[in-house]
Amino acid sequence: MSDIWSWEHAAAALPALLEGFKVTLLATLLGTLIAVVLGLVVAIVRRTAPRILSLPVTGAVEFIRMTPLVVQLVFANLVLSQFFETLTIGIWVLGIHYTTYMAEVYRAGIDSVAKGQWEAATALSLPRARTWRAIVIPQAVRNTLPALGNYAISMFKETPFLIVIFISEMVNQAQNYGANTYRYTEPITMAGLIFLAASYPMSLLIRRLEKKLA
Amino acid sequence: MGGLTDFVENFGINTEALVARMPVILEGILVTVQLTVLGALGAMAIAMILGLAQSVKLAAVRIAARIVVEFFRGTSLVVQLFWFFFVLPLLGWQLDPLFCGVLALSLNYGAYGAEVVRGSVGSVPKGQYEAISALSLSPLRGMFRVIVPQAWALMIPSLSNLLIQLLKGTAIVSMITLHDLYFQVDQLRRTTGTWYAFGFGLLAYFVIAWVLVAFMNALEIRAKHRIGRGPSLRESLGQLFRSPGRKQIGGELA
Repeated sequence: MSDIWSWEHAAAALPALLEGFKVTLLATLLGTLIAVVLGLVVAIVRRTAPRILSLPVTGAVEFIRMTPLVVQLVFANLVLSQFFETLTIGIWVLGIHYTTYMAEVYRAGIDSVAKGQWEAATALSLPRARTWRAIVIPQAVRNTLPALGNYAISMFKETPFLIVIFISEMVNQAQNYGANTYRYTEPITMAGLIFLAASYPMSLLIRRLEKKLA
Repeated sequence: MGGLTDFVENFGINTEALVARMPVILEGILVTVQLTVLGALGAMAIAMILGLAQSVKLAAVRIAARIVVEFFRGTSLVVQLFWFFFVLPLLGWQLDPLFCGVLALSLNYGAYGAEVVRGSVGSVPKGQYEAISALSLSPLRGMFRVIVPQAWALMIPSLSNLLIQLLKGTAIVSMITLHDLYFQVDQLRRTTGTWYAFGFGLLAYFVIAWVLVAFMNALEIRAKHRIGRGPSLRESLGQLFRSPGRKQIGGELA
């Protein structure tokens, strides 16, 4: 048994994993923030802007959504690394990739706001901007909270893709530990279990929120 | 952004380089397509088994399926891939890298797919289940002749999204020594520069993704037609390139 699993290696790998976990969390939080904000902007632009603006936005969203995050990360890093830090680039690419999912979520959320609400705003002759800000967005966002949470969890589990631009998130740390000591079992297994331990309670929480909002 | 002017100036030369490298690039595309197709077939089988197992009467089966689903959803694709590639050999199983890739993709997306299967089986109207007992069909026969065909039509949009996720997920396999499309694009970059190589690479993935979407749309149209809800495939060819990501079941990722 000690051949297969060594508690000493498990303990020795843990500090590096936790160091990586901080990067993983940071990327997830900032990436989610970008996706939440930009996603709403994209959804509103696609709804309200003239076709000449909304069409290219739709095209770009579709292209980003249908091509691999890994390729986007490497591409952006090669082009932008002389201007920005790699971690900054990684977080932005992650955020923009998920913006394309979030925009869909907001779109569905906006569609689900009852027609009467728009009519009421017109009847009260509220200005367009105020209708969006005070009536539509609050209701739309409430409906999208579970999906938002689900995408945050997805992003959390996709942060290991950042390994392709050598960001030392948790899986990269695990892999490095393995490469240096040739003990892959402990660090990689623990990295997986940490992902599970962090994401499972979150997804339970979101399931509960889903039921509450439904 | 000097690279962009290079891109325009050297377009002709770069295209010659691309044509010269075409044989290896096609090999890369083949690896990516193999991973996608085999991974999707494996994922579908796993999704069906784990999804349907969750509507079995026996609690032990339901709970076991639930645990497997949560485990493979929760531990991240890249971790699973690395586990099969780096850890299994230490435990005495040396797997072929392509098999590692297919296995990780199948298990990870199969677990997500199981949620889709479970959700859509659950949203087939109650009356259909009552009809099964009214016609005194056996539960198994009722499942496969009545429930699954209807659930199948419901689940395709979400499965279509998962398939695109799976295709995008394959781009990580160069980390386990596979020479897939991404790997060949990165090789091409050394001769043509970043903009040309990655412009080509992203476009190639985009085209593959749309072929998959059209295939899934065709499946959906056919499935709806077969349960009498919608026109035949021949009548609705215009719908084939409809964008995915509209209505979906199963939350996360799907």
